[in-house]
Amino acid sequence: MKLITLGADKIATSVLLALGVVSFVIPFCNLVLPADSALHFSAYTVSLIGKYLTFALLGLSLDLVWGYCGILALGQGAFFALGGYAMGMYLMRQIGTRGVYGDPLLPDFMVFLNWKELPWYWLGFDQFWFALLMVVLVPGVLAFVFGWLAFRSRVTGVYLSIITQALTYALLLAFFRNEMGFGGNNGLTDFKELLGFNIQSEDLRAVLLGVTGITLMATFIVSRWVVNTKLGRVVTAIRDQESRVRFLGYRVEMYKLWIFVFAAMIAGVAGALYVPQVGIINPSEFSPLNSLEIVIWVAMGGRGTLYGAIIGAVLVNFSKTILTGLLPEIWLFSLGAIFVFVTVFLPDGIVGLMRRKLQERAA
Amino acid sequence: MNGFAENIFGQLDTRHGPILYLEDVSVSFDGFKALNDLSLYIDAGELRCLIGPNGAGKTTLMDVITGKTRPDKGSVFFGQTIDLLKMDEPEIAQAGICRKFQKPSVFDALTVFENLELALKADKRTWSSLFHRLSATQYDRINHVIETIGLTSCNHYRAGILSHGQKQWLEIGMLLMQEPKVMLVDEPIAGMTHQEVERTAELLVSLKGQHSIVVVEHDMEFVRSIANKVTVLHEGSVLTEGTMDEVQNDPRVIQVYLGG
Repeated sequence: MKLITLGADKIATSVLLALGVVSFVIPFCNLVLPADSALHFSAYTVSLIGKYLTFALLGLSLDLVWGYCGILALGQGAFFALGGYAMGMYLMRQIGTRGVYGDPLLPDFMVFLNWKELPWYWLGFDQFWFALLMVVLVPGVLAFVFGWLAFRSRVTGVYLSIITQALTYALLLAFFRNEMGFGGNNGLTDFKELLGFNIQSEDLRAVLLGVTGITLMATFIVSRWVVNTKLGRVVTAIRDQESRVRFLGYRVEMYKLWIFVFAAMIAGVAGALYVPQVGIINPSEFSPLNSLEIVIWVAMGGRGTLYGAIIGAVLVNFSKTILTGLLPEIWLFSLGAIFVFVTVFLPDGIVGLMRRKLQERAA
Repeated sequence: MNGFAENIFGQLDTRHGPILYLEDVSVSFDGFKALNDLSLYIDAGELRCLIGPNGAGKTTLMDVITGKTRPDKGSVFFGQTIDLLKMDEPEIAQAGICRKFQKPSVFDALTVFENLELALKADKRTWSSLFHRLSATQYDRINHVIETIGLTSCNHYRAGILSHGQKQWLEIGMLLMQEPKVMLVDEPIAGMTHQEVERTAELLVSLKGQHSIVVVEHDMEFVRSIANKVTVLHEGSVLTEGTMDEVQNDPRVIQVYLGG
């Protein structure tokens, strides 16, 4: 037991340190050092790392529900996309008259559709604080309603996984429709500025990377605290012996709901950080495949550890960047191969292997 | 949190003697009558043993009392006033009816101490659990129970690595932590060594009086060593009740067990 915590704490500390370096050093270099300095990172690299970190945050959110509570949620991408849309709506309203049609109020796609008025659900999104609130509130409320219905009726296992896939697929179809008022197929894009700063500028990119890194570190620390409280232990107990927990007097559905909503809010924040860094949000983010990929990140890294999800998300997406660049046609095959390899040879993921090595060295 | 459960579910009234009333309870699964017009009364503070051949309905009976299975008909009352059929598993557990399962079901990923902490009688809502801190009294109470169940040296081991007998003890410890009014104990001594069996018998006897205890067990020698009153179940109803000697000499019981 001691050895396990020792290994775990070491890896957790290293992950935090690495995140600290990335989120402070890269923005520092890019903001302070001259552009021709050897330590100046290209805008491409900065955005890429920033994107990886938002995925890490998303992976961490899935690890809370899957790794700790045993709910194999295959719709985590939906909450990510909703957070992304909330941020996208704010960014759209910042465009103002700089759009192609120059309408001061309506985004381009609405002018194109001959809409005369801003739909009621777009009101308020010109305010940054309101958008931020919606980034956590919309995924949170959806997760609450969905979870309330599912967990109270004691839907578990593969049935729950399937209806979470259905949830994200339904949202995919809905957001594709132009009449929904979210830009349909094209989604939201052509953003100009964020809080008055040019969204294309390298400085803002560096700052966004820093903000993402710090958010990830803070969420990691808070989540680690949560899983180490009594609530976290009840959640772990639910994963292993759900009915036993009920006979101890705990309302299992409320605990599941709590962790599910908490994780959905984190996923929403991840989506909101993702959109300004990639410059677009469209319905494909709701694709059921995206949600499945998150499961692979977490399984690869090692579930039930939190830092495993971070490591897995970054590594898988890094290899995706490399492989889709070199051999685009084999990426999906490699992803499948990696997944099979990990399930067969590394059931505890990469961090399971790291822990074993650390323990061997300590012993 | 004393009185928490009482405030929600009303006062437990045992003035008439019994703490559990089961009347004309029937449960059937796909036409098979697991319980058939069963009536059973458990007195406050008594230690009752339930015996009966496999399929007699012992586990189904516990499922009905703890809210896991809803009977097709009949009534189940906790004291005079609390209708258990209107409550679900967590409510029944919080009202003070706790259960040890046939197969030891402890939480493998948690330590012995953490297993007991989860069982501790406390406010079990989510936000309270999030900010829960063990008070000195609660901490002492957990350590006291760990001592009672003889797992002091394994305090910080994960429950998953305990032996079968130790897991049984841990689950008994989890029962104690809940400070139940009624303890339903399903096959407590399976997988235990001879000394462990003796200690279990001593523990159960010592708890009698403060708690009402219902023990399901196949081991007749063990039943004889702890019970004053034995109930024999057969095909979902009570066949007979009495002292161990009365029951063992009952020709119907002999016939049921020997299949004569």
